Amino acid sequence: MTDFSVLIGGKAGDGISQAGQIIGSVFASMGYHVYQYTDYPSLIRGGHNFCIIRAADHPVTAFRSHVDVILAFDQQTVNFHSHRLVPDGEIIFDSNRAKAKGIGVSLASYVDRFQGLPIMGNTAMIGALSGYLGISWEVIEPVLTKKMTKKTEDNLKIARAAFDEILKKTSIDKTGENSRPFMSGNEWIGLGLLAGGLDAYVAYPMTPSSGVLHFLADVAKETDIIVYHPESEIAVILMAMGLAYAGKKTAIGTSGGGFCLMTEGLSFAGQAEIPVVIIVSQRTGPSTGLPTYTGQSDLLFVRHAGQGEFPRWIAAPATPSEAFRLSAMAVKIAWKFQIPAFILSDKSFSEGIFTGDINPGIPDNPVEVSPSFPYRRYEDAADGISPILAPPVHGEVIKVNSYTHDFRGITTEDPGMTVTMAMKRKKKNDALKDLIDNPENVCISGKKDATICIVCWGSVRGQVTEAANDLDVRIVSPLILEPFPIITFQNAMKGVTKLLVVEESANGQIDKILKEHGFFPDELLLRCDGRPSTVEELQEKIRRHI
Amino acid sequence: MNSDNSLISDAKNTWCPGCGNFAIQHAVKSVIEELEKEGVQREEFVLVSGIGCHAKIVDYFNLNSFYSLHGRTIPVATGIKMANPDLKVICFAGDGDLYAEGLDHLIHAAKRNIDITVICHNNRVYGLTTGQYTPTSPYGFRGKSTPDGIHEPPLNIIEMLLGSGASFVARAYSKKIPHLRRIIREAIMHPGFAHIDVLQICATFFNMTRFYDEQTYESSEANVSQFDVACRTGQQWDYSDQGPIPLGIFYKTFRTPLPEKREEREIDRLKAVRTILQNYS
Ligand SMILES: Cc1ncc(C[n+]2csc(CCOP(=O)(O)OP(=O)(O)O)c2C)c(N)n1
Ligand code: SF4
Ligand SMILES: [Mg+2]
Repeated sequence: MTDFSVLIGGKAGDGISQAGQIIGSVFASMGYHVYQYTDYPSLIRGGHNFCIIRAADHPVTAFRSHVDVILAFDQQTVNFHSHRLVPDGEIIFDSNRAKAKGIGVSLASYVDRFQGLPIMGNTAMIGALSGYLGISWEVIEPVLTKKMTKKTEDNLKIARAAFDEILKKTSIDKTGENSRPFMSGNEWIGLGLLAGGLDAYVAYPMTPSSGVLHFLADVAKETDIIVYHPESEIAVILMAMGLAYAGKKTAIGTSGGGFCLMTEGLSFAGQAEIPVVIIVSQRTGPSTGLPTYTGQSDLLFVRHAGQGEFPRWIAAPATPSEAFRLSAMAVKIAWKFQIPAFILSDKSFSEGIFTGDINPGIPDNPVEVSPSFPYRRYEDAADGISPILAPPVHGEVIKVNSYTHDFRGITTEDPGMTVTMAMKRKKKNDALKDLIDNPENVCISGKKDATICIVCWGSVRGQVTEAANDLDVRIVSPLILEPFPIITFQNAMKGVTKLLVVEESANGQIDKILKEHGFFPDELLLRCDGRPSTVEELQEKIRRHI
Repeated sequence: MNSDNSLISDAKNTWCPGCGNFAIQHAVKSVIEELEKEGVQREEFVLVSGIGCHAKIVDYFNLNSFYSLHGRTIPVATGIKMANPDLKVICFAGDGDLYAEGLDHLIHAAKRNIDITVICHNNRVYGLTTGQYTPTSPYGFRGKSTPDGIHEPPLNIIEMLLGSGASFVARAYSKKIPHLRRIIREAIMHPGFAHIDVLQICATFFNMTRFYDEQTYESSEANVSQFDVACRTGQQWDYSDQGPIPLGIFYKTFRTPLPEKREEREIDRLKAVRTILQNYS
């Protein structure tokens, strides 16, 4: 079984993340399953950055405590991470900037030999690693050519020289499987939105959600979508309201602080019944918190945000294929039910880079009811869902309203109409509940008949699943958190006598939802330092509680 | 098809008697009727309002409308226009709404020259919340939240708009209806961001009728494309209790508006998604 990890570390500005991605792409192109974790402080230059790239012959969405190779651009990397090295592992270090037991490579000498730029030291490092691992040049060259679009020739020369001059230690071969797409969680989400029929994306930059904005801006032309970055998150959600009113399937994205600013617009979407998909990627909170680190402490906030009562849909993907499917579904759900639909992500998932196996299909369009005329925007129905039309419609008037309104969208304070509209929203929620309560939306893994059960959600599932691999536990992880797929969840929990929750928060969030539904966790295994757990760390923790 | 052909809806009107909002409604109605006669389809109009007395205007029109949030007409209108550049999008905003709560959007809309029309019902008071000062209330204004009078000068919104890059800046007065009508029409026809600051009478909380009747005059529009002239006209009155007060189009210029025309393209989305996946493999 192949399961191989490389840690690459240096200062912000050394190009660590890019080098990590190229290494990951090399493995992905050989048909391996790859997961990359990037750890960086909220600085552009200077602080310590590192990535762990894990390649395996089975899907991986977590990283381990130990690594097989460390690539050190500086002394800090050696000092901070040497303890992670397996006994027969190797440190390959920049001999100009660090001292270590291992293989010293003078990165600058390769750069100077070909008059390259200082940043190309990381190309030399990639070359050295590939040579050391015995990966064939035929594998490296096309990846470098594709990823290094600037000064490609110089980069190739530098990589080749370092590749040739290092001692080959092992020989990592292709798997025989096809090259796999290697994309960040944010990119998988963006791709899913596109498959779901997205027309427009509006966002204000905020780590760790910005990757969706950057990705969609990058592909906007080839997919013919509108991508816009306006003056604030308040503008973001209201622009989305305008776009959706005029018929464009729109998504927006942010992190906690930006989402705080969106809450008035969110409640508006609930009242005016305007569809919108909202990506919220959590960081460590509260407030600005740790911008580049992870957390799961916004679940209850997202679930309850906005004044008044209105239906919403919240999904939390844990794998690339789930991100793709749920993001596509979010667009469909938002438009069918005319509600806000959330993709709740976090830094680990959003900025983690994963290979994924998907056969991109486009989900079916939900059946739309055709309107009757004269058109009334808020026509009531058995399921509360009104036919939705966008202006201009000849001879018809389309009115939406943030005040309590009548069927036509005109302001009213009539108590009867107020109740009718409240019930209309409630009926939509009931219809939504029925639709999502199915096995597709609750993932069961581990030993499916074990009586000890771990409940977790979102990115943490990857770590939990691996950590519990050799243990006698069942893992139940709802993909949709609002409305809660209660019947499916109850079925998944049959026979459980001990319930643990694993979550990245200080007080516990999902346990409150479980309690609402009559499930009382015995232990909360929480973590709130912003760092994802390694498989071994979590395993150790779980062992102590079973 | 709606059988009722009236531009005015059957919603019950709750503005105070003597309120300047009636005049604005009337002027807008006439302009839309005129444009309809010239071939513009009624359903091409989308009216967007904030929250305040002014905002009720969208309920009163039997036209497409988006009754939004306090201060948020502009981002909503921007989204609508970006989605469908063929729509004629008109914002009805209040001075509290637009110049306090949502001021940032106004500056950015002017800067990006989004092709919308903004009509600010500037009664220089919060009407709906029963009489507090706004950014354009005069120095010393005593309102319910400032019983001792305010100690800050009013914001000269015309200067601010010119400084923000607005390509059409005008001022009108709710009691000079033909003039108001002409300006609304020109603003709607202007390609790009058009702003009209309408001095609107609030009969209940800040009745400035006599002052405006005496002090307003129609200024010359001969040099309407000259920025320095516009600045000087804008500076003639600083929203204090001293006139004279010039009215009219102060500035009008052409600058490529947003959204730029999008070419119609047939794109197979599934194919595009597959190509992206390929590029990442
Ligand atoms: C976010 C928010 N804050 C406060 C209010 C309460 N509010 C409603 S109208 C209004 C002021 C209206 O003043 P203006 O915009 O000048 O409109 P006018 O009533 O004078 O036409 C306020 C503060 C609100 N609706 N929303
Ligand atoms: S309070 Fe003033 S602005 Fe509001 S309706 Fe009455 S007169 Fe008009
Ligand atoms: Mg006002």
